[in-house]
Amino acid sequence: MLLRHTPAEVAERKALTINPAKTCQPIGAMYASFGIHGCLPHSHGSQGCCAYHRSTLTRHYKEPVMASTSSFTEGASVFGGQSNLIAALNTIFTVYNPDVVAVHTTCLSETIGDDVTQIKKKAFDDGKIPEGKRIVNVSTPSYVGSHVTGFAGMCAAIAKEFCVPTEEKTDQINLIPGWVEPADMRELKRLMKEMNVPMVMYPDTSGVLDTPMTGEHDMFPKGGTTIEQLETTGSSFHTFALGKFGSEDAAREIQRIAKTPFDVMDLPIGIRATDRFLMKVSEITGMPVPDSITDERGRAVDLIADMQQYFSGKKVALFGDPDQLFALTEFLLDIDMKPVHIVSGTPGKYFSQKMSEIIDDEVPTANYRNGSRADTFLLHQWIKNEPVDLLIGNSYGKYIARDEDIPFVRMGFPIVDRIGHQYFPTVGYSGAIRIAENILNALMDRQDRDAPEERFELVM
Amino acid sequence: MSSLIKEREHQVFTKGRDDYKISAEKVSAAGSVSQRACVFCGSRVVLYPIADALHLVHGPIGCAAYTWDIRGALSSGPELHRKSFSTDLREEDVIFGGEKKLYRSLKRLIPKYNPNAVFVYSTCIVGIIGDDVEAVCSKVAAEEGISVIPVHSEGFKGTKKDGYRAACKALMRLIKTGSTIPRNKGSKPVINILGEFNLAGESWIIKKYYKKMGIEVGAILTGDGRVEQIRQAANAELNIVQCSGSLKYLAKDMKEEWGIPFKQVSFFGIEDTASALYTVAESFPDNPEIMEKTKSLVQSELSKAYPILENYRKDLTGKKAAVYVGGAFKAFSMLRSLKFLGVSVVLMGSQTGSAEEYEEMKEMADPGTVIVDDSNPSELSAFIQQLGVDLFVGGVKERPMAFKLGIAFCDHNHERKIALAGFEGMLNFAKEIHNSLTSRVWQTIDEARESDPWKI
Repeated sequence: MLLRHTPAEVAERKALTINPAKTCQPIGAMYASFGIHGCLPHSHGSQGCCAYHRSTLTRHYKEPVMASTSSFTEGASVFGGQSNLIAALNTIFTVYNPDVVAVHTTCLSETIGDDVTQIKKKAFDDGKIPEGKRIVNVSTPSYVGSHVTGFAGMCAAIAKEFCVPTEEKTDQINLIPGWVEPADMRELKRLMKEMNVPMVMYPDTSGVLDTPMTGEHDMFPKGGTTIEQLETTGSSFHTFALGKFGSEDAAREIQRIAKTPFDVMDLPIGIRATDRFLMKVSEITGMPVPDSITDERGRAVDLIADMQQYFSGKKVALFGDPDQLFALTEFLLDIDMKPVHIVSGTPGKYFSQKMSEIIDDEVPTANYRNGSRADTFLLHQWIKNEPVDLLIGNSYGKYIARDEDIPFVRMGFPIVDRIGHQYFPTVGYSGAIRIAENILNALMDRQDRDAPEERFELVM
Repeated sequence: MSSLIKEREHQVFTKGRDDYKISAEKVSAAGSVSQRACVFCGSRVVLYPIADALHLVHGPIGCAAYTWDIRGALSSGPELHRKSFSTDLREEDVIFGGEKKLYRSLKRLIPKYNPNAVFVYSTCIVGIIGDDVEAVCSKVAAEEGISVIPVHSEGFKGTKKDGYRAACKALMRLIKTGSTIPRNKGSKPVINILGEFNLAGESWIIKKYYKKMGIEVGAILTGDGRVEQIRQAANAELNIVQCSGSLKYLAKDMKEEWGIPFKQVSFFGIEDTASALYTVAESFPDNPEIMEKTKSLVQSELSKAYPILENYRKDLTGKKAAVYVGGAFKAFSMLRSLKFLGVSVVLMGSQTGSAEEYEEMKEMADPGTVIVDDSNPSELSAFIQQLGVDLFVGGVKERPMAFKLGIAFCDHNHERKIALAGFEGMLNFAKEIHNSLTSRVWQTIDEARESDPWKI
């Protein structure tokens, strides 16, 4: 047993995180950067950070992940990273020639006090940046927030760089999808198209981190939101930010620049969250939800009704990122399941406030915690005290699932030991079907595995 | 080639065309998409397989999160190394220092997990805020009565290679806490194997060979490693060093400190494995029985392997390969193995090879072969297309790139799932590259490439 040392008794820890349910800001910033067309993410720090983020994203997407680094040395950390960054930008534009470089910082460059905004200005002033090229930058020290806040920060930085305010607004909306998969972004675009809602969505990693096989390796794939599209965010008449943790900062930034009103919605995971999102879009844009989408909803609900007996009353433990957990917890309740333990490594007081609204009345005994020391070690301890029928989380959940022999559904980031997350959305009604399917498969496989021969059923 | 970075002029060499010395161990050009990692990464991969030690990463969460159980270094017993422990430094720690947090973490972890030793890794930020990790470690060591060894692996203090060096220093400290065991006359010769990490169980394969030869393997550093065995490492009569990049420093230090000789070997490929076994046998000339056993072992393994490999060779002959790995020494073995299978190597390189190693690589390579140091994806993919490469041997970051280009791939890095060392490893290697090279999926791409399949 890999986790044999995990004791059931939960003791408060002041220091120390064991088996984290989060990672650091820069990787989130890097992921968001891939949602811009022709963008090279750049890590201003040691080489290792960049290599680790690229490896992790590669393992998750099975795709080439291109990003550059300032390659800090001892000298840079004493004298500052300015010359490294300027040299890096020179190399990047000479060799790789992206349209945009998205610079994020690391704990190292932050602590030595590099002011990237200033360095960037100097590079432009000194004529080091070729005509028409753009640089986005965001501060993402690893000791603040989590990968989720790094993502949110980069989304806001993109708005800051590209959003061009106009007095006259168009009938277009801005959609900030939050940290979801390329497949989810594709699905959100489809839903908006289905509703005939003109929109610009960013970041959009579809077509960047799920590229088709062509026999060519393109450093800057076809996908991603273009600069031209990004510039129109300031003329859109409304912004929808999906997920408070991942997208609110960007919506606020657009509002600051272009006075564009916004709504922060839950990620449209599950039936009700999707209902709310689509109805709000319909209300704001005046575009009705078409029958085709109503039918999708109907199919999702039909599936849940058909299989309701298998979900009913099953206890679930889940971990991951706050925006996903809010919507997912609500969905689990809606399909008669009982979330009992919920953990997120991402800090923020809003988490417990919101989670309390979702779950306290439904499951008064539920455990939920976020921030420092809210790790999968704690989750495992909770599970030991109150066993569950299902575990939902990223690949790191597999240790707990194996040790405690719990059916396990993979959702979140990273997923490094299964495929599917790249191709099938979990947002929208079709996403709800996918989640329900995965849960059912896990539960029913378990039932089959454990059934004594006389109760081993063909029809379920 | 436009994708070549100017500063890298002398890090790319074409045999038969260029005649300069490849400049190695250079800091990567800022802004390049380097495949290299950092000092911390170097230390972490070397020490990671020590399964009964506790590995605490002192820094913000990322460094621990990204190195949590990513290396398939198998353990036959404890698996403490597969957990992720971090002091998870936050903003206030960066301002006020992280020593207290480190102290508290250690005080809590040691009684709970009862490890046989503790390694504390310093990350970038610790080097900047100036925590006295050394002092905290010795304080806790004194209080708890176990070895608490700091690993000075601040990410920016050099390259991954400097991380190997820091890990070797940490290992040396651990070995020095061991005791000398008087040797009985007539007992079996004892060797240590350095730079072998038990990926996919490779240490076990190698150990088995030496056992058959009548040699006792004292410590393996660090595959399936145990603190106590490492402590006794100074009692060995010979160190054999695989993966030259990482553990050679330790071999040199051990030679200096205790006069233990070392020999550089490789267990990749038929020839290299045989020579690794003979090298050890020759080191004990007073014991002719060992050589006898070695000969019969090699003979029996070869007679099993040859006919199978011969079959693979039929399909593989004429294929072209690119080899891009971490250390250069491994690339030599790859070159020999691939040649043995009829595959020519047209592009080879490493992240951290030394100047001498590159000279050797030049010697071994066929004319026209391109040699690269600290390469990057756009450079690699340009060469792959230019040279008509069919197979790429590399690691995690190269895999999807190779596949996107529609060529076969073999993982020879720490994510490999099958043992590639020893005679049986060579069979696995041949099988893996054969399966990948002959996969039908490449035909599907070619069809798409040649004509739009949906066009009527």
